[in-house]
Amino acid sequence: MTVRGIRAALAGLAALTLGLAGCGGGEPSGQAGGGRVTVFAAASLTETFTRLGRDFEAAHPGTTVAFNFAGSSALATQITQGAPADVFAAASPATMRTVTDAGEASDTPVTLARNQLVIAVPEGNPGRVSGLADLTRPAVKVALCAEQVPCGAATVKALDAAGIRLTPATLEQDVRGALAKVRLGEVDAALVYRTDARAAASDVDAVEFPESAGAVNDYPIVVLKRAGDPADARAFVDYVRSDAGRAVLAAAGFQPPQA
Amino acid sequence: MPARDVAAPRPARPRRRVPLALLVPAGLGLLFLVLPLAGLLARAPWSTLPQRLTEPGVLTALRLSLQTATLATLLCVGLGVPLAWLLSRVEFPGRRLVRALVTVPLVLPPVVGGVALLLVFGRRGLLGSWLDATFGVTLPFTTAGVVLAEAFVAMPFLVIAVEGALRGADPRYEEAAATLGAGRWTTFTHVTLPLVAPGIAAGAVLCWARALGEFGATITFAGNYPGRTQTMPLAVYLALETDPPAAIVLSLILLTVSVAILAGLRDRWVSAP
Repeated sequence: MTVRGIRAALAGLAALTLGLAGCGGGEPSGQAGGGRVTVFAAASLTETFTRLGRDFEAAHPGTTVAFNFAGSSALATQITQGAPADVFAAASPATMRTVTDAGEASDTPVTLARNQLVIAVPEGNPGRVSGLADLTRPAVKVALCAEQVPCGAATVKALDAAGIRLTPATLEQDVRGALAKVRLGEVDAALVYRTDARAAASDVDAVEFPESAGAVNDYPIVVLKRAGDPADARAFVDYVRSDAGRAVLAAAGFQPPQA
Repeated sequence: MPARDVAAPRPARPRRRVPLALLVPAGLGLLFLVLPLAGLLARAPWSTLPQRLTEPGVLTALRLSLQTATLATLLCVGLGVPLAWLLSRVEFPGRRLVRALVTVPLVLPPVVGGVALLLVFGRRGLLGSWLDATFGVTLPFTTAGVVLAEAFVAMPFLVIAVEGALRGADPRYEEAAATLGAGRWTTFTHVTLPLVAPGIAAGAVLCWARALGEFGATITFAGNYPGRTQTMPLAVYLALETDPPAAIVLSLILLTVSVAILAGLRDRWVSAP
């Protein structure tokens, strides 16, 4: 049994005792606290949400947060197929729409942060990439995200905005795949989110490019209709959007949502 | 020719009742394997099927899949059959360890296999950097890279099948050939190979099927680019992101083609009694 499991069991016991003590009256668990929140979150939120989950648990003793990190589209499919999730945080409004269209959201999604593309290059920048135009040089091998995933959609937007056409060496299934190819030095550049480049700062350098401003990605979050404990789920969403939550997101390279 | 014995008809066994203790789990097992397939069929977008089939990307991915899986199988047969022979016929120190190493790709998550291939054959890899500097050859992001990734993952299936066949083969035929003065090479080509041909065919079929479905090592080592490295499983995965019905169609095509080929081969080559 994990520590988390033991804590959950203890919390359950405590709730049971309280329930017995207050026998016969009151709302069943209307207040936040004592529950368990299952959060399905985009892979690019892995580091920040893990941190936020710990902070949230510290601020709400007895409540546990469990995460399922994966590509947003895969998560959306899991949710519409009935996976037991309380909160969904996606890397793009399009994937969120799959869930809201299926009637799985309890209210309108809100934006928790925004993310922007940068050019990730292996340390030392062997391809001497300083802007988008350099990616069209034949000697420069480029990894992009496939158009079907959020980072790929943002890539297409940014390239279109810049009027640049390029032939990548590979179209990766997610942003981490593109980043891995840079880390291993197999490509000279990849378009990834600023947050991903920052998380891999030990062996990846980030080159900012102005055209990425035209392809800023919103990260929406929502409490799901089938949430077992809606009050706790909502408390977590509020925590992510609080000043403390924003500070953690900003430190990872996310931008605050537009006012 | 000894191989004829294997294919010879066996005397019919008297019909007896099948014990329920075997029949029930067997039926459940079959159901467990077949039900997900039924799920795919039930959800397939039959009305738009014809137009989806004729999308240009589909045929490109299918052709690439069939080509690379076949090339990978040839590579596996060329290297795997001698390896299986070595493991079953030659005593050498560390044979157990070698046998265990051969099965490593079976337990290694394919994505990790892909990373391992990059570390060896990649642009900065142990062999890859030398290949690049000496011959100007880079394997990642090429069709050859797809073949390599598929062969890496599928070869154990062939080696295990062939080694099993070699161990099960009657050693007296090889001994007789040796007493009659045949060398090890002649014995191998004229006695051993015909003897275990059904085992090789079965192993090759398994190997081909595994190569056809390969995803993790391929996308990690060879990347994903339509027409060059995007095989059917990669196309299925990406279609799943935005258009699940398209993913189901692609899966059905892959299934139909592979089942048809496997069923055809099984009757012709693999003499299942």
